Amino acid sequence: MTATTPLLEVSEIGIAFGGVRAVDNVSFSARPGEVFSIIGPNGAGKTTLFNLVSGIYRPKSGSVRLAGEPVTALEPNRLAERGLSRTFQNLQVFFRMTARENVMVGRHLREQRGLLAHLFALPSTGRQNRESAAVADALLERVGLAALADMPAANLPYGALKRLEIARALAAEPKVLLLDEPAAGCNPVETEEIEKLIRKIADDGVAVVLVEHDMKLVMRISDRILVLDQGRMLAEGSAAEIRSNPKVIEAYLGTHGTREANLALD
Amino acid sequence: MGRLLSHRLAVPLVIALLVVALSFAMPSNFYYRVAALVWISALAVIGLNLLMGYAGQVSLGHAGFFGIGAYAVAVLPAQFGLHPLVAALLGAFATAALAFLVGRPILRLKGHYLAVATLGFGILIAMTISNEAWLTGGPDGMPVERLTLFGWRVRGADTWYWITGGLLVIGAWIACNLVASPTGRALRALHDSEVAARVAGIDVARAKLTVFVISAVYASVAGSTLALLNGFVTPDKANFLHSIELVTMVVLGGMGSVLGSLAGAAILVVLPQVLTGFHDYEHMILGLIMMVIMIVLRAGIVPSLAALFKGRWKK
Repeated sequence: MTATTPLLEVSEIGIAFGGVRAVDNVSFSARPGEVFSIIGPNGAGKTTLFNLVSGIYRPKSGSVRLAGEPVTALEPNRLAERGLSRTFQNLQVFFRMTARENVMVGRHLREQRGLLAHLFALPSTGRQNRESAAVADALLERVGLAALADMPAANLPYGALKRLEIARALAAEPKVLLLDEPAAGCNPVETEEIEKLIRKIADDGVAVVLVEHDMKLVMRISDRILVLDQGRMLAEGSAAEIRSNPKVIEAYLGTHGTREANLALD
Repeated sequence: MGRLLSHRLAVPLVIALLVVALSFAMPSNFYYRVAALVWISALAVIGLNLLMGYAGQVSLGHAGFFGIGAYAVAVLPAQFGLHPLVAALLGAFATAALAFLVGRPILRLKGHYLAVATLGFGILIAMTISNEAWLTGGPDGMPVERLTLFGWRVRGADTWYWITGGLLVIGAWIACNLVASPTGRALRALHDSEVAARVAGIDVARAKLTVFVISAVYASVAGSTLALLNGFVTPDKANFLHSIELVTMVVLGGMGSVLGSLAGAAILVVLPQVLTGFHDYEHMILGLIMMVIMIVLRAGIVPSLAALFKGRWKK
């Protein structure tokens, strides 16, 4: 596959809730090694779009292709088998498990399945556990949580949980990674770390699709940006193109808020 | 990881030591018998705890599976002359098959809906056992052929103490293995967030079905063992009151704790024996003790005490 072939292709996808078109005719694609960001005011349909792409909602119209194969409306676990992973805006952490175990769950598809081996603790299960634990530890190190590996997730601070979700998603070695507000609630230092992390993930050849409210982060990191407004596509382009797009400025703060919009988008 | 692996072996080891240690403190056959009843209940409760405490799915129908196991060792030898052990094995297979068939539609339900559906299923089995009197003896129950192993007649409360204690240790070992395995992590994950579990690639419906079948087999084996120990079966062990009792043992001892399963079973089996001296007030006192335990140790006996001791250590 060449670098220009999209890994994720979303075509004219849409869904309505009680007559309201939450996502309406949205198309985009993400290529390996690129950071593709989706921005828009609250309620623009960004998270709904993620839920459509990741199989949590069933689209009413449109299609999704993953690495060239049609995957529209497949179950999330089937999508995971094909290389799609994601994080959640409202944390979906396994709170009763330790940080390490959370990441080990992310290895699920790469682990051996034999139930009898699991029930009777055959040597293969022990090897598998150690292998998954080693991968999890390396990933926790990578997201800066190595010291908290044995901590129950319920005891971790918010910023750490955001990074824990990224580590769990990476454990599956995805081709496409959807990140839903990874920097929400993070301080500037943590945000900078997350930026470096995302850049590194993309450099490893993953197609990263990012929803994020921190505009400075989005403008710095994105190769391309899609702007949603009320479920529709408003604009798509590079950071510079989006920043100077009058429609985007208007959608963000209305015509009277040009100055604030500039501040927000800069 | 090292901690988890050692935990996997530590719990069955602690139970094994407990079984051995207690055997030195048994004043009479009666005590052996009560202890054997605790081990059998604990076995069923460990299975139910895998479903409830680890995977977060409730079942109010597990006495039904218990009943199938019990009646398998009563009916199959009487009708077809099968060896009781073969009968117990067939009972376990039948239970697994039934749990598999019923689990598919039922486990799509969640919370209270799942509770009511499993309750209905359990009642269905209990009614069948009660009504098919030609086969099961109906409400009066039926005798169970004594267990003979290689010409040796298994008898005596102390013998059964060791058999049931051994089964409990094996059951605890298997449960701890499962919890510490990829399958166990999948079950604990879906308990906390089904959506995140699915995104991680876990087939949630399949995982729930797997643990439902496993927990049903635990109940069936426990039922067979109790029937062989008693030499008699009655439908009340398949009854929904027994289902409630099993759930109570899980919650009282501690959800998601294998040792807790033993604690819960021990309390609900031993306390009524201790309290018989109070005659009419027995059930009142039992209820009161259960309420106080839940109010003081709200995560269940073992997890709450463990947290308490951990806190002490740190100070």
